[in-house]
Amino acid sequence: MRISKSPWLLHYDGSSCNGCDIEVLAATTPRFDVERFGIINTGNPRHADIFLCTGGVNSQNQDVVRQIYDQMPDPKVVLACGICACDGGIFKDCYNILGGTDTVIPVDVYVPGCAVRPEALIDGVVKALKILDEKSEKMKRGEYRSLTSAEYAESLKKTDNKAEAAGMEEKDA
Amino acid sequence: MTVYSTAAVIIYLVFSPFIACLFSGVDRIVTARMQGRRGPKLMQPWYDIVKLFSKESTSVNDIQKILVMAHCFFAIFSGAIFFAGGDVLLVLFALTMAEVFLILAAYSVNAAYSEIGAQRELLQMMAYEPMTLLTAVGFYLSTGSFRVDEIINTELPLVIKMPGFFIGFCFILIVKFRKSPFDLSTSHHAHQELIKGLTGDLSGPGYGFSELAELYEEILMLGIAGLFFITSDPISFLWAFIAIVLIMFCMSLIDNIFPRVKWEVLLKTAWLVTLFAGGMNLVILSYIGK
Ligand code: SF4
Repeated sequence: MRISKSPWLLHYDGSSCNGCDIEVLAATTPRFDVERFGIINTGNPRHADIFLCTGGVNSQNQDVVRQIYDQMPDPKVVLACGICACDGGIFKDCYNILGGTDTVIPVDVYVPGCAVRPEALIDGVVKALKILDEKSEKMKRGEYRSLTSAEYAESLKKTDNKAEAAGMEEKDA
Repeated sequence: MTVYSTAAVIIYLVFSPFIACLFSGVDRIVTARMQGRRGPKLMQPWYDIVKLFSKESTSVNDIQKILVMAHCFFAIFSGAIFFAGGDVLLVLFALTMAEVFLILAAYSVNAAYSEIGAQRELLQMMAYEPMTLLTAVGFYLSTGSFRVDEIINTELPLVIKMPGFFIGFCFILIVKFRKSPFDLSTSHHAHQELIKGLTGDLSGPGYGFSELAELYEEILMLGIAGLFFITSDPISFLWAFIAIVLIMFCMSLIDNIFPRVKWEVLLKTAWLVTLFAGGMNLVILSYIGK
């Protein structure tokens, strides 16, 4: 059985302007009946498979985002919904904004838009489901485990250093 | 154990999850239709539970794992006693024990939502346990036995002698099936204030075990409801099945008509219903009995 037959999702509002949240909530109302696809809006990270994050990450909520992500059991996918969640968007240069969701946790699908359109959101979730299936297959074969947020931070540091090192080399040449 | 009871127990152990999933799948579709939606696929509850077991196994602490397994074991065990034709009292106490293990599991994680959930589960048990025990007493008064295999050996369906008990039992079934009130210790409804409360800190297979236990428990509760209709005549099993389907439908209907009942209302009404429906029936039955 594919795991995408029963995707439970969790919606977290980072520092969004609420525009994206309204779109996400509207898409999960009975009007559109996401239960058709087995989707349940859980509100509990321990039961969730898909993490919908809206808005950028700021210095206050970064730990919350990390904790939610770490509490979700594998396999899991993260969706950055809206341009703020993708890279900080309109709030990017604010003093308290660190950037998009991927500044603290690994993101699988980026859904652009300000606010994110329901069509784009649904498209994003469909893509996320495919990734979820792939991850679950790999996990069954014992080839996959997602990074914890701490490991992700480490890997970010390394790549940053790499980029710096690459820059130095260029200068030297 | 006779051949029949052995067969019944094996069927119960093997097929309960499928049957319970089928029941709750139909229930979810019916609920969706009542709300003007299409609803999930028929076997959606089955997909959900299979998914839970395929997820990563994480638990907050080791004790939690053991307690949830114990919960699952005792839930299955109490059903097995019932379908083997054992003592109803033993069934009910074993079930209570299962319940207590789940509550301990929730307390063991030391998390706010689990704790409130566990507390509400205790209150909820206090609300419905008197009625389940009264029902057992009712069975004894009308048949002279607590044993299931002797209880079903009657001429007339017991619901005729025990209408009050039946109403009371159906009332607590709504709670047992975690439908109404919406802010129960762990309600089935997506939006509820406790974020799954009692089961909030279970994840992956751990949550799967608690869901599995619930499926077995549902079959057991429906079995007890069926006991009101089953007589020595084999055709009565059909009546019992029809009655169970009707009960399930009424539960959905009530749940959809009163979607925002709170737990305080449950506490107040559960004992009232127990006292009036169960109590009056008990008094009448004990006089007739003599
Ligand atoms: S992307 Fe636009 S609508 Fe969405 S949170 Fe950012 S500013 Fe608001």
